Amino acid sequence: MRVELTEVAWLDETHELSLAELAQLSGLSETELRDLVDFGAITPIDPSAAQRTFHARHVVAARVARRLRHDFELDVQGLAVALTLLERVHDLEAQLRELRAQMPRRVR
Amino acid sequence: MKYKDYYSTLGLERNAKAEDIKKTYRKLARKYHPDVSKEPDAEEKFKEVSEAYETLSNPEKRAAYDQLGSHRPGQDFQPPPNWQKEFSAGQFSFDDIDLSDLFAQFGGGRQRAGRAPDGKISMPGQDFEVQVHITLENAYHGTEIELDLAIPEYDENGFLHRVPHKVKARIPKGATDGQRLRLPGKGGKGLNGGRDGDLYLDIVLHPHPLFRVSGHDLYLDLPLAPWEAVLGTTVEVPTPAGAVRLKVPAGTQAGQKLRLPKRGLPKPRSGEGDLYAIVQITVPSVVGEKDSALYKQLADNSSFNPRGHFAAGGV
Repeated sequence: MRVELTEVAWLDETHELSLAELAQLSGLSETELRDLVDFGAITPIDPSAAQRTFHARHVVAARVARRLRHDFELDVQGLAVALTLLERVHDLEAQLRELRAQMPRRVR
Repeated sequence: MKYKDYYSTLGLERNAKAEDIKKTYRKLARKYHPDVSKEPDAEEKFKEVSEAYETLSNPEKRAAYDQLGSHRPGQDFQPPPNWQKEFSAGQFSFDDIDLSDLFAQFGGGRQRAGRAPDGKISMPGQDFEVQVHITLENAYHGTEIELDLAIPEYDENGFLHRVPHKVKARIPKGATDGQRLRLPGKGGKGLNGGRDGDLYLDIVLHPHPLFRVSGHDLYLDLPLAPWEAVLGTTVEVPTPAGAVRLKVPAGTQAGQKLRLPKRGLPKPRSGEGDLYAIVQITVPSVVGEKDSALYKQLADNSSFNPRGHFAAGGV
């Protein structure tokens, strides 16, 4: 059987999504997403814009939020705290990776 | 159908109280949830724990599960006669269904269902996530991958089955470690007009023998002989695009980063990361007589004191 080649969609800064699209991809409701934005856990590209749009990388965080909500029965405030901490862990891990990459592998 | 012992998965007795089931689940979920845990096999463990909890936390599902009796885990078994009718689990063959998929049909399992115009139940397909391991060369040039997946999918009666999917995808250049990509509509098929699920790829880079990766930047150890570092030199260094010549200035110190702009990994839209050569001063482990005499001569004549700042109180 011939399998068709699929093109991928980037989940990063190069793609933008509407609130409705982010809701559909993550499984969170638009109300929950608006709350997460209000609590500062997810940042729109332009917070002052009437129609909020988001970098596609937020799909990853929003999907994590949906899983945590379901698996830990968290409310939106709990989700916002968890997401903020997870993002800090993520940033620290990136810094750690960068520092490790700079360390010589073997010193003879 | 293979038996799974949901009670022993949670470490509970069969007569455990509902509140104990919840408490134990929460404890194990905190330990193994793949989004928060660093335990090895967290994902696999959490799958087992949450599958057990999904069934045991729901009184209707738990009663149905208890009626299946107790068997050895992994043992093939058939539910007792009338079980299917009593718990209105619908008509299907027990042979090719997973216990978790069977209990997913009960009660809350159809929450996301809608109605198609012809009155049939419509369901969105399941999203699916998978890790994809690629090499640094793959990340540099882009690559094509082929995946053989077993994705949960609804049959026409609304029951979940693992369905084999073959997926071929182009991983574009610049997808580095930790990058997530989405293959729209390549998850489980939606039922009766429900949206098809998506497939999510989590890119993992294999470690490379020479280059270490941080985002789109690459780091390379550059060993230099002491005299090369002192006098300066031009050396050939490998890059993903092939070797280039790098000028090492006189007086280069160990640990110094020599930047080769745009010699790192390509970025998704445009531009490239940088390559950093990190200087190591390397001394020979065996020194010949002639070399040794030259070092001796240098030691006797040099006024260089690398520890001068110790005397000044470390400032």
